Amino acid sequence: MTPLVRFRRTLRAAGLSWAAVAILGFVSVAAHAQDWVHIGSNIPAGNQRIRLAAAGMKPVGNDPQTPVMKATFDATLFHDLSSAGIFDMVAQSMAPTATPGSPQEINLAQWAAAPANAAFVAYGALSATAGHLVVYGWLQDDRNTGTAPILTKQYSGDANDDQARSLAHQFADDIIGALGGGVRGIAESKIYFVSARGGSKQIWAMDYDGENQHQVVRSGILSLSPRISPDNSRLAFASLGNSGWSIRMYSFDLGRFVAFRPGVQGGSNLSPAWSSDGQHIAFSSSRSGDPDIWTCDTNGGNLKKLTAFRGPDVSPVWNPRTNAQIAWVSGRTGLPQIYIMDTDGGNVQRMTDGGYAISPSWSPNGQFLAFSWNRKYGPGAPGGQDIYVMDIASLRWLQLTHDSGSNDFPSWSPDGRHLVFERSINGRTSLWTMLADGTEQQKLTQTGKDFMPNWSWK
Amino acid sequence: MTRRQILPILAITLSLAVIAGCKKKPAPQAATAPVATAPSPVAQLTATPSTITAGDQVVLSWKTTDANSVTIDGIGTVPSVGVKTVTPTETTTYHLTARGDGGSADATATVTVNPAQAAVAVPENNQTMTEEQMFKANVQDIFFDYDSYDVRTSDNSVLSKAAAFLAAHPDIKVLIGGYCDDRGSNEYNLTLGESRANAAKKILTQDGVAPNRLRVVSYGKERPFCTEETESCWQQNRRAGFSIDGSAGN
Repeated sequence: MTPLVRFRRTLRAAGLSWAAVAILGFVSVAAHAQDWVHIGSNIPAGNQRIRLAAAGMKPVGNDPQTPVMKATFDATLFHDLSSAGIFDMVAQSMAPTATPGSPQEINLAQWAAAPANAAFVAYGALSATAGHLVVYGWLQDDRNTGTAPILTKQYSGDANDDQARSLAHQFADDIIGALGGGVRGIAESKIYFVSARGGSKQIWAMDYDGENQHQVVRSGILSLSPRISPDNSRLAFASLGNSGWSIRMYSFDLGRFVAFRPGVQGGSNLSPAWSSDGQHIAFSSSRSGDPDIWTCDTNGGNLKKLTAFRGPDVSPVWNPRTNAQIAWVSGRTGLPQIYIMDTDGGNVQRMTDGGYAISPSWSPNGQFLAFSWNRKYGPGAPGGQDIYVMDIASLRWLQLTHDSGSNDFPSWSPDGRHLVFERSINGRTSLWTMLADGTEQQKLTQTGKDFMPNWSWK
Repeated sequence: MTRRQILPILAITLSLAVIAGCKKKPAPQAATAPVATAPSPVAQLTATPSTITAGDQVVLSWKTTDANSVTIDGIGTVPSVGVKTVTPTETTTYHLTARGDGGSADATATVTVNPAQAAVAVPENNQTMTEEQMFKANVQDIFFDYDSYDVRTSDNSVLSKAAAFLAAHPDIKVLIGGYCDDRGSNEYNLTLGESRANAAKKILTQDGVAPNRLRVVSYGKERPFCTEETESCWQQNRRAGFSIDGSAGN
């Protein structure tokens, strides 16, 4: 008798239902589940975060723009570092009152001592002069006071709000890169999404923190599923025209649409996905009579059909580490489930064991799938549509959202520590970000008409 | 044994103790409780839309609780929760009765049927109907079950009537739109809508309609007929919808 069978019999004899065991088992799994998420996504557990102080920039000169730029820069930098997922930030109220503007002016012992207790401090000087903004930034180890600064950088741009935020993002990403295991921060990344705030659904973009929201492509017709190329130069998306759904390709370099022939041929063409080398596109097409997954080169050549089962196949995404596998959604057995296959269509593996599973996104290191899952989908059993993350090798999963609206379209940040997703509550849909363990959820958009986010690759 | 293994086993042991403890307690009221407190059935019945033109379809949707048997006059015994498409030719009041241990409950829904405008009763006036009106009267939308793209057996007759009409009007080209309710993902629903429209196309093709007269476009959940969060509304949106394809120049 195997131990498991013996265990079950013991339980039956004791009158304890298997369901109760499952619940108990789940609780003990969940308690440890976050460990593998933290390790895989490179997020330190709460008590292992790096204690970091960000001293406000020291204003230099009397240009009236300096204090305005300083306010924007300081607030942006503090927000970027706070939401990086690796720092325990020193609250402003616990920081020394003096504002150091250079290595000569800083008293590191003060920052290392209580109540700041900072392991590292970021500081510098900022000046606006005749419309030009210059920032000198340093990052220093408080507890090894004899060593040179970890970072010594100069950032410059025009003295306006956008540029002040941009320079702060650059400094933040340099700091995160220096202290976060060499993985550069995401403060300079963008999020592409669909918004119906102007009437019809169109493609929009914004900074990673929800700032600078603007429409990027005017197509005049209904557009969905924006996917930015790895080099940020092109955007692929699906558009509804008179002849049905086609995949269109917009070039930011040229400021116009460029040809993508496989995207306009027959049937519905949907849900494009870039390989991480920018060389290939996977998409769903019903040109052969049934929605299947197809791949082709970015220039349109080498068109191949990978799936051949009856039923919907849609939402492909490449394993960005190898580009040798594709995860997608298939309704071949009824309700949609997440599957994985090799890029030649072989080695099909079903990842989800039931419910309604959609919208996979593959983590940058190849280890995880994030997706939207309703584990109790069906008439009369309304479960929640929530975001989950699954470790592909072990099939272990962790639920990231709980009891708050209907959640869909997770998309990984380039550093693999964050996810952006859409959350719909009472018919209002907004974009949110969170850490890959489900904590620190932040709402980015407020119109109630924003959908399908896609995080840029860098 | 590691600490990880000890925790769940400890939890199970504790809950075993709790359950064992519960079992020892007498349950004096348990034997009589079901009869004395059997809840009264509750019944709901809606018809969408509640006013139609003769020939149009109505979706009946109902929901009952605590009922052992549910009947709708003229339809017969039905599941405790369900949806059915009907095509009443005159104003009809549908009457649902739900019977259970705690009594019975009734629900009614009335559909007002207006006569078709172009005097359907007088066939020789058919030519006064526009092509559009004739199309609408003969090529009717079909509806699908939850997350399904299988054509219901009952809709085969709807499609064969459509095929007969299209055979008699060979110049008409048809746009088949695939629609879904607003639950689930945009992307998945677009392929589901595609599969629904393709399922309708396949049957029309088998009934002799040339495939090049039938164009499929999936609207997924992007062009809903109805926007309420109710089953009757969701049912309205799970359809293959037919229209004359004006844009088909090829």
